[in-house]
Amino acid sequence: MIYFASFLIGKLNRNAIPSDLMTLGAAVSIVAGLIFGALIITYLHKWKYLWKEWFTSVDHKKIGIMYIIVSVLMLIRGGVDALMLRGQQATSVGIHHGYLSSYTFAQVFSAHGTIMIFFAAMGMMFGIINLVLPLQIGSRDVAFPFMNLTSFWLFFAGMILVNVSLGIGDFSAAGWLAYPPLSELQYSPTVGVDYWIWSLEIAGIGSLLSGVNFFTTILKTRAPGMTLTKMPMFAWSVLCTTSLIIFAFPILTVTLTLLYLDRTMGMHFFTAGAGGNMMMYVNLIWAWGHPEVYILILPAFGIFSEVVATFSHKRLFGYRTMVGALVSITVLSFTVWLHHFFTMGAGADVNGFFGIMTMVIAIPTGVKIFNWLFTMYKGRIKFSQSMLWFFGFVGLFTVGGVAGVILAVPPADFQLHNSLFLVAHFHTMIVGGVLFGYFAGLSYWFPKIFGYKLNEKLGRLTFYLWFIGFLLAFVPLYILGLLGATRRIDHYSASLGWQPLFIIAGVGVLVIASGVFVMILQHVVSFLNRDSLKDKTGDPWNGKTLEWSIPSPAPFYNFATTPIVHSHDFYWDVKNIIKHEPKEINDILMPKNDSNAPIIGITSVFFGFAMVWHIWWLALVSLFVIVAILLKRFNDENPNYLLSADKIVELEENYLIFRQS
Amino acid sequence: MKTNVYQASNHPTGQFKNYLIGYFVSILLTLSSFFIVTNHVLTLNTAVYVISLLAIGQFIIQIVFFLHLFNERSPRYRLLVFLLMLSIVLILVIGSIWIMTNLSSNMSIPKQIQYMNNQGGGF
Repeated sequence: MIYFASFLIGKLNRNAIPSDLMTLGAAVSIVAGLIFGALIITYLHKWKYLWKEWFTSVDHKKIGIMYIIVSVLMLIRGGVDALMLRGQQATSVGIHHGYLSSYTFAQVFSAHGTIMIFFAAMGMMFGIINLVLPLQIGSRDVAFPFMNLTSFWLFFAGMILVNVSLGIGDFSAAGWLAYPPLSELQYSPTVGVDYWIWSLEIAGIGSLLSGVNFFTTILKTRAPGMTLTKMPMFAWSVLCTTSLIIFAFPILTVTLTLLYLDRTMGMHFFTAGAGGNMMMYVNLIWAWGHPEVYILILPAFGIFSEVVATFSHKRLFGYRTMVGALVSITVLSFTVWLHHFFTMGAGADVNGFFGIMTMVIAIPTGVKIFNWLFTMYKGRIKFSQSMLWFFGFVGLFTVGGVAGVILAVPPADFQLHNSLFLVAHFHTMIVGGVLFGYFAGLSYWFPKIFGYKLNEKLGRLTFYLWFIGFLLAFVPLYILGLLGATRRIDHYSASLGWQPLFIIAGVGVLVIASGVFVMILQHVVSFLNRDSLKDKTGDPWNGKTLEWSIPSPAPFYNFATTPIVHSHDFYWDVKNIIKHEPKEINDILMPKNDSNAPIIGITSVFFGFAMVWHIWWLALVSLFVIVAILLKRFNDENPNYLLSADKIVELEENYLIFRQS
Repeated sequence: MKTNVYQASNHPTGQFKNYLIGYFVSILLTLSSFFIVTNHVLTLNTAVYVISLLAIGQFIIQIVFFLHLFNERSPRYRLLVFLLMLSIVLILVIGSIWIMTNLSSNMSIPKQIQYMNNQGGGF
């Protein structure tokens, strides 16, 4: 009987339901929220609409919007985690022990890191790339539309697994990179680390597929005439990012698999005994992890290159040096990974080499900063909300970068390693660099996707709240780090005098949270005023790239006629010369909606869940289902349909009438 | 313009003979390494080197006859990506070996005991 039960449900048992009230409350409220949402959709009879128009749509713009919705939800979830962490640190002093146990605290910071990097930042990055990239290079869609949708659903499946861990079982308490031996079975006997492994495995495969997809899209589907050196800078940044993804993510997949084999099959890749070496895990995970941070930041660089040039009404300064800087960052980012573990015990020669390489990689980054500043020089700068994010970025990123160069000096790193100084450094890069970049991009391209601009006043308020909140939250951490506070600290002595700084940091997180609130308010207000904010021209900022040559919101077929490109900043050069000449419109071959991708995604959730709880039959069944669906899809003779020229002419004429109204 | 016009546009076709040569040479290389191991014709040390050489030969055969890296028309993206991959793999493999040997010599127990003794302490 017991054997049968353990065959049926693996390690799953009654203790999987969380016992402490806080986790249980969070899980119950999430489930209640989901049920409420589902009821509303049912009440409005929108399930069919959602399935047909969104969940199965292979239109890259819709996939991009879905990515962004999920990533904003995850940003909020990760933000709540951050509030909990700072709340604990502000109150857990001396005789008071705060409201979280050490173990829960460890779970919360592990979840915060994992969710913010993999599901907030990566999701927003793929969202923006999906929205913009095909439009910018004059393409009808991505190279592999079905694969694109599958990537999204795999990302979604990983996200679901992370959140399931809240209600069934627990989450990893081993930090966002789960170093062994702590993450090995002996020290983490619960399923937490397995949840971490499988959510990242599944989302990571989605990322890898997306990387391959956009890499191919850029190399193979650019508009005629657009050579690589006439490509917009954002497309260049995506090309570099995707090549990093293609070479870095397989390392992650393999490393996680080895850790899982250690935990499940009793193997000894990273154990202390039987010939394993835990230092190899650290080496491998950072061989992926360092390129990963450049994967996140390069698209932000690309976005700023577009935003700064457009709002300064000047061409980008030093296009070629910009490309050179991007490419050298791409290659160099694979040569610095040891700077994450200077203190692990390598000799002075190894540490010295990687320290110097880390300083070298700061040079192309500096080149880019100066290029943006020179782009603004003598330009007619418009202080729009996208530009404000850039100004915030330049200051913060430079400070954070200089802190990074300090950390690149091995002797200094021996003092600062694992301190809050490090935490402050990488948050400056990820929030001040990556997130500010993506926010600039979202407000910049918003009219192209939705057809109306975002409220400017609330946008500025959002920026100021984020910027001030950021300084309040992280400047104290630099100071605390120099005073010797270690990261992931959940209790400290009152005599250290750290509490005021931790309280200021907590207030900073609250200010950022109000920034998120205003940001949501901005979207609601803009939606209600969408008639007055309407973008009739399709070119609200006097843009210079191809996406501004088509109507807003962009039609589902993107370009009625394929544009032919002659120069860099092509649209600036031609928009005053060619005025809506009659175009010859042909039929277009469009990809059909695809219900296989969401099914693969949902099945992957079951697969991941089964692997976590050792329910082997379910894992086998879901794997079989996935392979069967893929085989069925690959044998589909007719995944495309023909969009007739008459239909396109009709839609384009509607747009012209709208434009003149 | 179709959405997927680029499919297979860069493939040299009608090279049946090339595929055949590649097929037989790679089989020959595989079989000879099997032969070396199963029949113990070489000492262990030499066998390792010979098999590594055969593996490199196999690798070259694969890229020449199956991946067509060297007879691709311009723009030679496949060659470019291949070279990028090669350099990154070399950086990672050589770098990891360097790091791990360095760590293993610095962090081995005798070395640590020596260090501790020099510092005037012990474990």
